[in-house]
Amino acid sequence: MEFYGYRRKEGRPGIRNHILILPTCACGSESCRIVASQVRGAVNIVFNTGCSDVAANTEMSQKVLTGFALNPNVYGVVIIGLGCETVPHAKLREKIQAKCSKPVVSFGIQEEGGTLKTIAKAVRAAREMAAEAGLQQKEKFPISELLLGIECGGSDATSGIASNPAVGNLSDRLVDLGASAMMSESIEWIGGEHVLARRGATPEIHNQIIRVCEDYEKHLLAAGQDCRAGQPTPGNKAGGLSTIDEKSLGCIRKGGTRPIVEVLEQAQPPTKRGAIVMDTAGYDISSVTSMAAAGCQVIIFTTGRGTPTGNAIVPVLKVTANEHTYSWMEDNMDVDLSGIIRGEQTIEESGGMLLEKLHEIANGKLTKAEAYGFSDIAVDHVCRFV
Amino acid sequence: MEKKAILLDEKDNVATCTSEAKPEDMVICHGGGSAQVKAVETIPIWHKIALRPIAKGEMVYKYGEIIGETLQDIPQGGWVSHENIRSIPRDYASEYIMGKEGK
Repeated sequence: MEFYGYRRKEGRPGIRNHILILPTCACGSESCRIVASQVRGAVNIVFNTGCSDVAANTEMSQKVLTGFALNPNVYGVVIIGLGCETVPHAKLREKIQAKCSKPVVSFGIQEEGGTLKTIAKAVRAAREMAAEAGLQQKEKFPISELLLGIECGGSDATSGIASNPAVGNLSDRLVDLGASAMMSESIEWIGGEHVLARRGATPEIHNQIIRVCEDYEKHLLAAGQDCRAGQPTPGNKAGGLSTIDEKSLGCIRKGGTRPIVEVLEQAQPPTKRGAIVMDTAGYDISSVTSMAAAGCQVIIFTTGRGTPTGNAIVPVLKVTANEHTYSWMEDNMDVDLSGIIRGEQTIEESGGMLLEKLHEIANGKLTKAEAYGFSDIAVDHVCRFV
Repeated sequence: MEKKAILLDEKDNVATCTSEAKPEDMVICHGGGSAQVKAVETIPIWHKIALRPIAKGEMVYKYGEIIGETLQDIPQGGWVSHENIRSIPRDYASEYIMGKEGK
């Protein structure tokens, strides 16, 4: 199985060829939005921190910003900073340039003399990049070059019973084809972590999975939060999920059954191929952000209650097995898996269907969230602002 | 009326209703096992029905795994929800594989 993508000098090929307009801090976000709206082929990120952060938060933000720039779906990057943020634009640019040979330029609003002058320069730079990007021809790549991110959000009881196992089957199929599939949301392993850990390829990976869950609980307790009070969410409960354990046992099914070869920190690119897990928040937007920053070219997203979310860089393919949600929110849903619940299609057949859908997205078909231009982002925090 | 529910594992003592069940409805469970049970109260779509009486403090099983313990007696055919079951804290220490990592 092959797909048509964009060759990159470093790493996996892209399935999109975006010009990324990237702020270094919140103060650059609005300028980035305006620049992206002026140039066809450009996408922007709205970033709400980058200043007055504790070191651990800054580290996380930097991993996400550089990770976005390095994502295979990005052709080139235009950075807009302010001038007094924690990591200035030139430094972020150098970090990105040290890891790839993509075109990257950067501007500072204070240096340039205000937003309008900055926007004028940034629009010209983005226009040049978009023009060049248009010349790049797609080439054929084996499906093994894909890194899929697997996410769920707005779960209800149909997620764990039908859509998650179907996506798990897709994950197994991809791994068997030599590709990689990454499942995240470690708080939603709690209660099912003993089941997930059994998939660890080594005793060390088994123990890492348990450790991630134990540490997550401790982290929240240090902030006075019992994870069992925040999970399941009110929407999950209304959708028939009563405890974090019930939610997790359904959630982990979306990762399939193949041996887990690597446990990653948030936004960390994988070094292995196969089934991978990442320690991220249960907050779906944040989790998708981290997986896009780790280099996933595409995300598959299961939902029960329905969600519109999309990412600027990575197409998000939305699937549900809740018949009502599919018909009621069809403008946000890409794939209907409700036939599983009605006994009309098997998990195995559904996995095959999802592989076909994913193949189309890799070849350029837009997901609904992508067609709307949605650009959700949330960077996980460790601590309050200073 | 007859209603349907999904039973995921033979070990389970709850099944997930795929439409709202009303008192006196006969709920036919299929999937990873089979059972039938008469609903004794209204159970919303996608919520769980007790396949047998579950006493206070007993474990609730779905996917063949524990999803929580009951906070009160739940009758056969009753509604199992976040109102009458709760999560039990994990015993992580017992879950590590001893040996090479030296936990």
